[in-house]
Amino acid sequence: MRVNAEASTEFRSLLAARGIEARPVGPEPLPPAATLEVGSPDWGRCAQTAQEENWRWAGAFAEDEGAALAVSACLEKQGAYLVLRTRVAAEQPELPSHAPHYWAADRAERHIQDLFGIRFTDHPDPRRWVRHQAWDEKTHPLRKNFPAAGSPPETTPPDSSYPFFKAQGPSVYEIPVGPIHAGIIEPGHFRFQAIGETVLHLEERLGYVHKGIEKIAEGRDPASLARLAGRVSGDTTVGHAWAACLAMERAAALEIPPRAAYLRGLLAERERAINHLWDLGALCNDVGFAFGYYQFGRLRELWLRENLAWFGHRLLMDRIVPGGVAVDVSPDVAKRMRESTVVLRKELDELISIIDANSSLEDRFLAAGVLAPETAAALGALGFVGRASGQTFDVRKDAPYPPYERLNVRVALESQGDVSSRFWVRYKELRAALRLIEQMLADLPAGESAVPWRMPEPHAEGFAAVEGWRGEILCFVRFDADNRIARYWPRDPSAVNWPALEKLVLGNIVPDFPVCNKSVNGSYSGHDL
Amino acid sequence: MLRLYGKILKTGVLTERLPRAPKDQAVDKAGEKLKAIIDRRFSGSLAIRQVDAGSCNACELEIHALNNVYYDIERFGVHFVASPRHADILLVTGPVSRHMEAALKIAYEATADPKWVVALGDCAACGGEFGVSYASSGAVANVIPVDAVIPGCPPTPFDLLRGLLSLLAK
Repeated sequence: MRVNAEASTEFRSLLAARGIEARPVGPEPLPPAATLEVGSPDWGRCAQTAQEENWRWAGAFAEDEGAALAVSACLEKQGAYLVLRTRVAAEQPELPSHAPHYWAADRAERHIQDLFGIRFTDHPDPRRWVRHQAWDEKTHPLRKNFPAAGSPPETTPPDSSYPFFKAQGPSVYEIPVGPIHAGIIEPGHFRFQAIGETVLHLEERLGYVHKGIEKIAEGRDPASLARLAGRVSGDTTVGHAWAACLAMERAAALEIPPRAAYLRGLLAERERAINHLWDLGALCNDVGFAFGYYQFGRLRELWLRENLAWFGHRLLMDRIVPGGVAVDVSPDVAKRMRESTVVLRKELDELISIIDANSSLEDRFLAAGVLAPETAAALGALGFVGRASGQTFDVRKDAPYPPYERLNVRVALESQGDVSSRFWVRYKELRAALRLIEQMLADLPAGESAVPWRMPEPHAEGFAAVEGWRGEILCFVRFDADNRIARYWPRDPSAVNWPALEKLVLGNIVPDFPVCNKSVNGSYSGHDL
Repeated sequence: MLRLYGKILKTGVLTERLPRAPKDQAVDKAGEKLKAIIDRRFSGSLAIRQVDAGSCNACELEIHALNNVYYDIERFGVHFVASPRHADILLVTGPVSRHMEAALKIAYEATADPKWVVALGDCAACGGEFGVSYASSGAVANVIPVDAVIPGCPPTPFDLLRGLLSLLAK
């Protein structure tokens, strides 16, 4: 891991060489990340410089400061996080776009455009994104003068006028899918252009489960924000609660006890293992291999039951709290958890040899839904999607936070970028999670599992990056004067990874879309907020 | 291939007997009402169309679990269908996001009568952590008529089974 301040200084001098003045903010408001303030006219050129210097564009958020709107963009390079910040007048705010330089900035800026009313002047695609018809383009829900209740129409009409991309020509046809899909799945819309069975173009239209999470976070106390964070994406309740608590704890300069960090790690690795088991089974199911679906589903259910018995909740909601964790691991539970990892590993050994020898499975997985490594790098693809296409980044390894800085994190990697690679990366990550659980149980420090909350300084802010089971989760929080949340910004890895699906499905047949989609498994709720 | 069959034989049948639910719970009251209607109108076979109207996806995970080998809900004649046209029950999760309001209403209209709407999870029951806002209409009952509620965040598969089947299993 590079020292953030060093990377920041280096970037500042690169900007200076291009005639762009960037000012460090002192004292550093978002440690361990470094923060640089730049003038709004230079905003686009900062992104251009960062792109040329191989920084990854990880996310952006805005804040309403009254007369001005502050916009922050998060960059990452070799484990160093850098937050660029600029301000624009709240009246008719305009800012150069980062999207011409970074693919990942496209939807993130449209999200800010819809919720804050900032116009990104040279954005290549300024259509609305998270906004459908619940509010109009002249009102901006994340402005402070917008009441959380809003003034929605009596009945919200469907967003039927959204201008989708059209393809024309002989034998090109269009397939609209969703928002309600043909299974027990989250809602979203997919618009396919196809020729025969081949996908010519796919356009995603998300935002259907936008619940105003960023808005209703305002005014909450830390415990209440942790509960909300645990429901940003139900399958990542540990990941988002951890990110939110870490950001709040950094804002309050609160150190949690080593035991609490290890317990968080145990919960997070269990969440990773359980979700990977589910995805391995679901991938088998999507190509009609019921055996895999039932076997992996069986193993997952056993771990969910252990969660309920040991921690009181199958999905581990509300177990991570500001200041630590609300649960502990007794010596007896530690012993049983260790035994359980041994049993699971043995089961996996047996299952994987059966699956590996199954040519029909291989036939469907291999070469389906290829995301080329260069495409993954251009997007900044995260988690198993990135790692199946040769992208090694893992917060636990590259920018470790307690307890991972004391653990030996092995990063799973594949480079083919197809459904098969995403299957095998998940399998390897599951094995790595079992090793981490054993390491943490062996070294579990004695002591408290939580410390009392300490009220942060007025307007204190905090930033955190944690490795959720889908990949890097970012979180920014700012407090008000009175221990209340003024701003909460969670960035699920799905927000970055969703566009990968549009690319990797091209040239595949329409019937392979379900398995391609499952192999990426983006969270709709985590994206739509 | 032999190893595959060997594993199936070795795993055996894991499906569990449904524990008899205690009588005095609100869940069972909802279940009783449900069962009476199911028997009268649906001849004991129940087709469910699940609609996520704004959920965080936790409820969906537990609905999926109903199909795993331990719960195997299909043995009770309950199955999940793709079209609301084939459904007896709309099983709705989430606070209803305003962006899903129209789609939920269309799904409701598309479900043939007689039909039954079950609001699943705390958000569907009362708005939960999200409540009513510029983006959320809150409880499912604020958007379409609801006949039964299964609370929980999320309800466990067993809560779900009891909510849907307690009296079918009598």
